[in-house]
Amino acid sequence: MRLERRTHVPLHLVVIAPLAAIFTALLLAAGLIAAAGVNPLTAYGEMLAGALGSRLSITEMLTRATPLIFTGLAAAVAFRARLWNIGGEGQFFVGALVTAWIGHSLGVPGWIGIPLLMLAGMTAGAALLAGPAYLRLRFGVDEVVTTLLLNFIVILFVGLMIEGPMRDPLAFGWPSSVPVDGDFRLPDLIPRTRLHIGLLFAIAAAGAVWLILARTVFGAETRAAGLNASAAAFAGISLPRTIMGVALLSGALAGLAGSVEVMGVTAGVTTTMSPGFGYAGIVVAMLAALHPAGVVAAAVFVATVFVGADAMSRATGVPSFIADVIVALCLLTMIVALLFTTYRVRR
Amino acid sequence: MSDAIDLLLNTSLWASVLRIATPLIFGVLGALLCERSGVLNLGIEGIMTMGAMSGWLAVYMGAPLLVGLMIAALCGAVMGLLHAMLTVPLGLSQHVSGLGITLFASALAYYLYRLLVEVGDLPPTIEPFQPLNVPGLSDIPVLGPILFSQALPTYLALFAVAAMAYVLARTPLGLAIRMTGESPHAVEAQGLNPIRIRIGAVVVGSALMAVGGAFLTTTAFNSFFPGMVQGRGWICIALVVFASWRPGKALVGAVLFAFFDAYQLRLQTAIEGVPYQLFLMAPYVLSIVALVLVARRAEIPAALMVPYRRGER
Repeated sequence: MRLERRTHVPLHLVVIAPLAAIFTALLLAAGLIAAAGVNPLTAYGEMLAGALGSRLSITEMLTRATPLIFTGLAAAVAFRARLWNIGGEGQFFVGALVTAWIGHSLGVPGWIGIPLLMLAGMTAGAALLAGPAYLRLRFGVDEVVTTLLLNFIVILFVGLMIEGPMRDPLAFGWPSSVPVDGDFRLPDLIPRTRLHIGLLFAIAAAGAVWLILARTVFGAETRAAGLNASAAAFAGISLPRTIMGVALLSGALAGLAGSVEVMGVTAGVTTTMSPGFGYAGIVVAMLAALHPAGVVAAAVFVATVFVGADAMSRATGVPSFIADVIVALCLLTMIVALLFTTYRVRR
Repeated sequence: MSDAIDLLLNTSLWASVLRIATPLIFGVLGALLCERSGVLNLGIEGIMTMGAMSGWLAVYMGAPLLVGLMIAALCGAVMGLLHAMLTVPLGLSQHVSGLGITLFASALAYYLYRLLVEVGDLPPTIEPFQPLNVPGLSDIPVLGPILFSQALPTYLALFAVAAMAYVLARTPLGLAIRMTGESPHAVEAQGLNPIRIRIGAVVVGSALMAVGGAFLTTTAFNSFFPGMVQGRGWICIALVVFASWRPGKALVGAVLFAFFDAYQLRLQTAIEGVPYQLFLMAPYVLSIVALVLVARRAEIPAALMVPYRRGER
């Protein structure tokens, strides 16, 4: 038995692959749920009800999906060019921190301030990834390790800022940063829910990324760099410029996730405001097979698992860490499924 | 400032260096073995978490401490086998698979811990490894407490360095592993199976990583809590590069790193007015600096991260 590369990937496989991966992951996780003494079907039923069962739960799920779309796009853009940006978590936090810091005392109307703050968050995220990208291009330092280590550094820095210079004197209990000015809170998409217009920004970002990747020279260069770096260089594409461009775009998207989360949901920054949005973004990107449109769907799925698992955990007593297990399993099953879209098994 | 220098002369600082280095020594040896055979194992962070949880849980349920370490090694080996199956015969991206293993192994460890252990206000504890005095040697002034009053796993770590160095440099098996990391085609031409060698190296390497994680819960602390590995795995990946993929240099790197870590912990209390987060950042910043310093002259295994498929170039 051996693997043979397909010359052409049929469209039905592209659609089946993520569905098969998710089904397999849920099947495997069912064993762990059964080990907790709960019928997996009951548990999955509770999860669906918890995430999609009411108007309120659907808006909660979409609120959770919003930052995941941004971080998923960030990972997808980078991975396409084989730039391994694992620093989405850190870029999310610098975006959030800069937004809260500037947005606390910016004296302009909301319609100017909100785009400005989004730009600030994007700049911060892009700057944070520019460092590791530069180290890779200039010194050949692997960006996986540097971006991962930067996540720890950034979260410590956030702790330092919100316990020191940016501390909110009015916050009770856990330290939080000063909140953004009320003028810069994103309007609700649906009244009396937490769902804000950031969701529309995220979907627009997915459209913009799709346009950039599919319809611009930069997008073509990105794909070429990811498929075969030496061939791309031979064709006259400047690899350093392409990689740096990808890094700035990817970092900006993850920074935007933090910026929008602050303006839309939390107002101030805390060290616990992200339940791993940056890392989950990697799973979102892989489930989407790195396609921007797929990212939106995959983010909704991952958000459903997370929001649903919390409700399921309250109802059945299965630890809510099952959500992290399911999401991680999806990543592993998805990369196997992707293999079978690009290779076929020959006897 | 003189406080900062006084600290350096304190025996307890130096005694803590080997203790802090122990999980790093196991982790870096494990990562080194995987990479020498040509497989990057970013599952390390999760595998260490799994080792920390499973080793602790075994002891909590009544197993002797040494059996706890063995259970941890076994769980690490299973996770390593998963990474190996995905990246070696299937040839999937070692980056993505490794991250997947880290997410999966840590999530599974937390899930099983919540499922199997009643956690009240405080996490339950076990009776950890105690310092083992080497008769005669531990009474030597200064050197005694620094080198010869460590817990058993620390001596095991030092032994593992020597064993790894010997096996890699002086045995046919070591030659085969190193050759697989440089040129799997040449290994195949010698009539050996590079696929099996890589799987074996990743499984054993992952077992070592898990023992490093178990050190945290059975020696350094006596309980398990989420997030306790705190990037030690990633630091090990950086240390492998720093050590140019050599076991002896890996030991030096881990000890050097542990020294800075022990020193910053004590500086935190000695120097007032500096936010403690700045000290906690130091190990991560240091790892990045170390990577940049050695990057130019790194003797990276030629076939690292290159999947081997028979008959495909």
